[in-house]
Amino acid sequence: MSDTAEKVKKIVVEHLGVEESKVTTDASFIDDLGADSLDTVELVMAFEEAFAIEIPDDAAEKITTVKDAIDFIEKAKA
Amino acid sequence: MFGRMTAPRRVVVTGMGIACPLGLGVPHVWKRMLAGESGIGAIQSFDTTNLAAKIAGQVPNGTKADGGLDLNEWIPTKDQKKMDRFIQLALVAATEAVEDSGWMPEDEESRCRTGVMIGSGIGGLPTIFEASILISQGKQRRISPFFIPSALINLASGHVSIRYGFKGPNHSVVTACATGVHAIGDAARLIAVNDADVMVAGGTEAAVAEIGMAGFCAARALSTAYNDDPTKGSRPWDEGRDGFVMGEGAGVLVLEELEHAKARGAHIYAEVIGYGMSGDAYHITAPADGHEGAFRAMRAALEDARMQPSDIQYVNAHGTSTPLGDDLELEAVERLFGDEARNVAMSSTKSAIGHLLGAAGAVEAVFSILAIRDRVAPPTLNLEKPSRESAIDRVALHAQERPIDVVLSNSFGFGGTNASVIFCRAA
Repeated sequence: MSDTAEKVKKIVVEHLGVEESKVTTDASFIDDLGADSLDTVELVMAFEEAFAIEIPDDAAEKITTVKDAIDFIEKAKA
Repeated sequence: MFGRMTAPRRVVVTGMGIACPLGLGVPHVWKRMLAGESGIGAIQSFDTTNLAAKIAGQVPNGTKADGGLDLNEWIPTKDQKKMDRFIQLALVAATEAVEDSGWMPEDEESRCRTGVMIGSGIGGLPTIFEASILISQGKQRRISPFFIPSALINLASGHVSIRYGFKGPNHSVVTACATGVHAIGDAARLIAVNDADVMVAGGTEAAVAEIGMAGFCAARALSTAYNDDPTKGSRPWDEGRDGFVMGEGAGVLVLEELEHAKARGAHIYAEVIGYGMSGDAYHITAPADGHEGAFRAMRAALEDARMQPSDIQYVNAHGTSTPLGDDLELEAVERLFGDEARNVAMSSTKSAIGHLLGAAGAVEAVFSILAIRDRVAPPTLNLEKPSRESAIDRVALHAQERPIDVVLSNSFGFGGTNASVIFCRAA
């Protein structure tokens, strides 16, 4: 697992209060991890902070799974 | 009420919960209060260097088992950041009250007949403070999506309803330091006129933060002379008083229609028998001469209860320990009771826990009801030398066993708002 993936999963575990084992790459924040729309906004803010990047609102709306987040962050940092 | 044809339904108290500077849990807090213990101390949770007032009553940390607060025992960690402390404290007190009442609606109709009315005087002031700092730093995009729902006063009621699935009236009261009494009185009326069968009602406050302390300091409302001797700071009616000591906490009652409570065999603590309100129309913070607004609120509560002053054995005073307010309230109570003044006891439990603002009337409702249950008047701590003599026994320093069956409790708020509620022993 890349450093990014590991960091993303750690943030998800912390913010959503879910078991680490449930945070699979394909997991959807809302459908699988019990987040609501406000939780996802906060998650995106946490990613911005942790990776020192900016995620525009239209991009943030498309980040619905752990994989979406990892892909966006890796592209943004590349 | 328009065209009400039937008599109002009777309302009783079937559950109680409390979080205050003396700790968590009704039995624990009451035991400490009757023992004359104080919950006031030096503020440790933030730096008070630049504040004139450096003492307050804060809910002690600890575990449920020892009467202290560990939030993780009450609210999932991930949800804690979605709510200001005033909501967290409301959830703690509401959880105790609901469990104490044993009321857990099992069908949709019962859920829809169970409502919540928990108010707050100020709400999420610390949360607003923190968001303001981000904005002043140009970090508007860092404002949490939970900022607004964390700060909104009615979210205390909202969270309690969500936790238990109570789908009846979901309401909230904001009347400064009269909030707690208004919430209980208004909720009782909702039951009386058949809008609900059960209401979870009370008040909550958590303004012991730099912004809250600085604001009340600026209004010259807080005690500053006892920073080195915190437990002496709250001293209602004493000649050495110099302002109130701020406290935090929450009080919650489960109110229930009498027949509903009887039908399920609920334990009934007391009946809510009278409720009265008034406005001063005088000044934003100061009470009017003679506190005639307080007088009218108390008289209205007596009329509502169809009682005479001689029916009341104990008054739980607003008594905040401010130089002006304490004696004016005393004057109004003396005027109301006339020759009966010598037979009534009146104390201020704020002497032990400070002034809980929007939660004050609610925690004092708990103490008033316990005074009936145990036939004991809780003490006014630090009342060593009254600034004014009175025929009314103000229960100085030590609790007193007295034949208490009916209690009147007062709360008055900034804006010139006054509320009184009367509880009596359930027949």
